[in-house]
Amino acid sequence: MLPSRAFAKRTLLIGLGLSVLSACSIPEPGTDVHDPYESVNRATHRVNLELDRSALRPASQVYGTLVPGPVRRSVDNAAENLGMPSAVINKVLQGDIGDAIHNTARFAVNTTLGLLGLFDPATEMGLESRDTGFADTLANWGASEGAYVVLPLLGPSTERDAAGRFVDILTDPIGSVLGPKLGDKAEDNRLGFMAGTIINNRYDLTETIDGILYDSADSYAQTRLFYLDSRRFALGETSDDAAIDLYDDLYEGLFDE
Amino acid sequence: MNKLTRRTTLAGMISAIALAASPAFTLNTAQARGLIDEVVAKINSVINSGKSEAAMYRDFEALFNRYADVPTISRSALGPPARSASSQQLSQFSDAFAGYLARKYGKQFRDFIGGEITVEDARQVKSFQEVQAVAKLRGQSPFAVTFMVSDRSGSNLFFDLLIEGISLLKSERAEIGAMLDKNGGNIDALIRDLKSAG
Repeated sequence: MLPSRAFAKRTLLIGLGLSVLSACSIPEPGTDVHDPYESVNRATHRVNLELDRSALRPASQVYGTLVPGPVRRSVDNAAENLGMPSAVINKVLQGDIGDAIHNTARFAVNTTLGLLGLFDPATEMGLESRDTGFADTLANWGASEGAYVVLPLLGPSTERDAAGRFVDILTDPIGSVLGPKLGDKAEDNRLGFMAGTIINNRYDLTETIDGILYDSADSYAQTRLFYLDSRRFALGETSDDAAIDLYDDLYEGLFDE
Repeated sequence: MNKLTRRTTLAGMISAIALAASPAFTLNTAQARGLIDEVVAKINSVINSGKSEAAMYRDFEALFNRYADVPTISRSALGPPARSASSQQLSQFSDAFAGYLARKYGKQFRDFIGGEITVEDARQVKSFQEVQAVAKLRGQSPFAVTFMVSDRSGSNLFFDLLIEGISLLKSERAEIGAMLDKNGGNIDALIRDLKSAG
């Protein structure tokens, strides 16, 4: 079942409205970090850090220690599989029909052979995940990144990515409607699986995340840099000019002496 | 003697003209790719060696010191204050920085154990070479590792390493800058901090 036309239209309207919104904040030319809300962002970052320290990190350690690896992987798989219908729609919105078909085939294989998505036989068949969301669609439509923002609980984002995420949450029921129903409320399943994924990610990346959040002299600046650069890389927005700026005077000093 | 001097001078002049006429960079894409092939082969043999983690960290540190342009990376990480630092401070900083990097990134090499890195492509970007590789680690989706290579230090070395677009050089610039700020711009205090950081 594909989403209704009314649904698609609503998504489109929300998207357009938000992309106009996110185009409001335009960086000064030549800067690669646009962070006009830095003081508010830093305050939110401090709160998020405290939440990680007191809740997410300890929960992830318990989860990672108590729940065996294969079970944690199955929870990840299930959450990912439930997100595939939304990825298919976004690939269509991005005009990438090839990837849309690829993801549809992946969803079909993992929902059936993969026992409602608990296993991932699709990857071995060459149908690896080409996950995407509405934030990527906004980027594809040419919306600019906007300012860097730190969201409560959710962490680092940009105006464009936050808008995309908001739409993903609004349209999330499609994942539940099309996805497997393990219990009475499919939405509860999806939320549960998503929470599992977040906690498991925190566990799998313990060293890396602890390094950024707790061992850094400025965890805010490091998080911002990691988020923006990996996001731009994933979207193919990394330009040679940025690299050239970064390496510009790297070897000049050697010749000064 | 006189003749020899004249000949030497002449040879020097000719090579100076040749240098001025041709681009200063002789490192081509194939050579850069060859260098990173060598680095990657050595990393792969370390992560599949079955040695203890501590022994692997030491191997990684040796690899980093052999193939990375550590003096340039450390000078760049220090940023503009490097210009006003004494040569003694610079060399102390460089030593402390190398140790800090080994500790900080050594911890993350644990994830690489049993994995494999493959060089995929290489290209020239302005005056340096970019070599793209993919890391396939156990239980993780493959991710991109990019090496930036130059011969401007006098030998073929990589001066930056990017994982999924995140530059080691750029993040260490930000980090060292923040550490220096915390120490009120005092380089000696920064060096002391760096010795225990990471």
